[in-house]
Amino acid sequence: MATTEIDIFANEEKRSLELAGHVGFDSLPDQLVSKAVSQGFCFNILCVGETGIGKSTLINTLFNTTFESDEASHYLQDVHLRPKTYDLQESNVNLKLTIVDTVGFGDQINKDESYKPIVDYIDTQFENFLQEEMKIKRSLHNYHDSRIHICLYFIAPTGHSLKSLDLVTMKKLDSKVNIIPVIAKADTISKSELHKFKIKIMSELVSNGVQIYQFPTEDEAVTEINSTMNAHLPFAVIGSVEQVKVGNKMVRARLYPWGSVQVENESHCDFVKLREMLLRVNIEDLREQTHARHYELYRRCKLEEMGFKDTDPDSQPFSLQQTYETKRKEFLVELQRKEEEMRQMFVNKVKETEAELKEKERELHERFEQLKRMHHDEKRNLEEKRRELEEEMNSFNRRKVAAETLMGQALQSCSQQPFKKDKDKKN
Amino acid sequence: MTSSLRYKSRIPIKTDESIEEKQYVGFATLPNQVHRKSVKKGFDFTLMVAGESGMGKSTLVNSLFLTDLYKDRKLLNAEERINQTVEIIKHTVDIEEKGVKLKLTIVDTPGFGDAVNNNQCWKPITDYIDQQFEQYFRDESGLNRKNIQDNRVHCCLYFIPPFGHGLRPVDVEFMRALHEKVNVVPLIAKADCLTPNEIKKLKDRIREEIEKFGIKVYQFPECDSDEDEEFKQMDKELKECTPFAVIGSNTVVEARGQRVRGRLYPWGIVEVENQSHCDFVKLRNMLIRSHMHDLKDVTCDVHYENYRAQCIQEMTSKLAQDNRMESPIPILPLSTPDAETEKLIKMKDEELKRMQEMLNKMQQQMHEKDQ
Repeated sequence: MATTEIDIFANEEKRSLELAGHVGFDSLPDQLVSKAVSQGFCFNILCVGETGIGKSTLINTLFNTTFESDEASHYLQDVHLRPKTYDLQESNVNLKLTIVDTVGFGDQINKDESYKPIVDYIDTQFENFLQEEMKIKRSLHNYHDSRIHICLYFIAPTGHSLKSLDLVTMKKLDSKVNIIPVIAKADTISKSELHKFKIKIMSELVSNGVQIYQFPTEDEAVTEINSTMNAHLPFAVIGSVEQVKVGNKMVRARLYPWGSVQVENESHCDFVKLREMLLRVNIEDLREQTHARHYELYRRCKLEEMGFKDTDPDSQPFSLQQTYETKRKEFLVELQRKEEEMRQMFVNKVKETEAELKEKERELHERFEQLKRMHHDEKRNLEEKRRELEEEMNSFNRRKVAAETLMGQALQSCSQQPFKKDKDKKN
Repeated sequence: MTSSLRYKSRIPIKTDESIEEKQYVGFATLPNQVHRKSVKKGFDFTLMVAGESGMGKSTLVNSLFLTDLYKDRKLLNAEERINQTVEIIKHTVDIEEKGVKLKLTIVDTPGFGDAVNNNQCWKPITDYIDQQFEQYFRDESGLNRKNIQDNRVHCCLYFIPPFGHGLRPVDVEFMRALHEKVNVVPLIAKADCLTPNEIKKLKDRIREEIEKFGIKVYQFPECDSDEDEEFKQMDKELKECTPFAVIGSNTVVEARGQRVRGRLYPWGIVEVENQSHCDFVKLRNMLIRSHMHDLKDVTCDVHYENYRAQCIQEMTSKLAQDNRMESPIPILPLSTPDAETEKLIKMKDEELKRMQEMLNKMQQQMHEKDQ
């Protein structure tokens, strides 16, 4: 829509007029401000860093209050994101602050997948906003914007360079969120080491194409301070909520046997710079960048994925509605085709199975016949054998009888002879 | 210093010469002789340092032995370290103090824990330790045993990062993989980022977790009951202080009018050798001044013996297995017949018996018939 309007106006001359008196529209910014203040502001911070590196302590120190959080364990299997929302008020300005903590980051032995939950969370927040924007009945001004405005990436103070995990994670996040790297627990690095460390980190980020957030230098009011601050990145910070007596004041500091490190002392650490940049000068720019750059990028990728285009092959601008209609028709046609296919497949399958079953039945019948015949044959063989056996038995019996009779006769003849002798004797 | 003092007091002082002369044999000078011989022979010690990059390992080694071992080191970028593998690098130096020579070998493990995926990153280290054991085993079992080079690792200093809440999974896995092969001494590195309270909490946490996971770190030997009180006190303090929270430094700074090794901060100076700042002095005393020999002994008597026993057991079980598979049949006694042949034999036996009976019956019948 905007493009067509400009086309119309390009032919007209734009004239600037002098005002004869005070009209009063210079109060527009004030009206805007009072409206914004009454609405309240919303700010979302994501803290990414190893367990125990000082994320919660730094947030507590930044906002000068204690947000409840439990100490995380080192033995979680995955990285989780823990968002917590708080309502803060300073003067008459309401701030809805959401702090998202990464729990379990850097603890696993295999950290290949560590960046995924973070990227997924950021994408989900963008997706929710996109859905709200595309709704028919939407209420954007009441919508609780949960998109991450700033990611504080905590670097461990090894003094040598970035860790490999840091590099991989920042590369995945730099196109989705504003990243400000901070060196955590900076009270373990001496000044000279810190200087070398910062240079090494920035050179590594640049040589690997990681785009961290640069404080804006277009606005005259803040250009000077922002450009000096840009040179101090990454900020070396220390966090502490304990009060220690230094001199005759109570300040936030860490007490060591060899001295005390004051949080708000600029020569001790860059905490003051970070607070300045983050909360006092650039908070609005961070929100704008998130909406105008990161969110728009996400939206564009998402819609392109769905097949929407801004201009068709003839370079005529497409209206969303038209695209939507054509897409819907396409989709329905596709659906019908798929249904037909499935039905065909189903019918074919049924026919095939039927044929198979018939074949199997026939086979079974054949086998049955075969077995019956075999059974018959066997029975006949058996009958024959029985008959033979019977014959044998009969012949054997006959022979036995014959043998017996023979023996009987022989015995008789033997026994008769002594009879005869007796008879003779008697006679 | 204290150890040599202790040692000197052992030599008996001849109190009553007239009586003692008759009973004095003279072997009380044995400690003297041992001392002389060992000084002549010289000592050797192999120390392994392990831990993530940037924990201050090289700085600590330099501070311990007051030399500069790592002159031209090339450190890798983060990008190069994404898929890095663990290397093993040995530095050997000969140092001498008051006539006593020490051949010191430092085994460095660059790349440990630096990659994104650290699965089994301790394997090259355990392989190295096993290799040294194997080599010593072979040399010991060889024919010529005069000049055996002892490259076995006597002690492994493991650097735990102070930024967390205790031991991390990679720490636990590493120590568990090594605790039965080498004396593991855990240290809390870069202790200058912890206040005294935090150090105490972290030490308690780590001691708890070491016990919970069953990690057998190096234990100091118990004192003999006849040691003097000072030594016993020192020993007790040492034991309660583990794991040691250490700081190392390559630079010398001016503090309280003296030149000491330390780190200069805008808020103060951390002295490495100040006992109230860190446990470096305790570590040095333990490692070099009192327990160096005990570390060597435990390595020889416990870890090496375990390895040797395991090795021999494996070899004999393998031999036995091989024997069973390839034996020729006629020479060895008959192997037990398996079930099937037995059944067949039984069946045949029964059949034979039946036939015999039938035959007998028939013979009897014939016999009867004849009669």
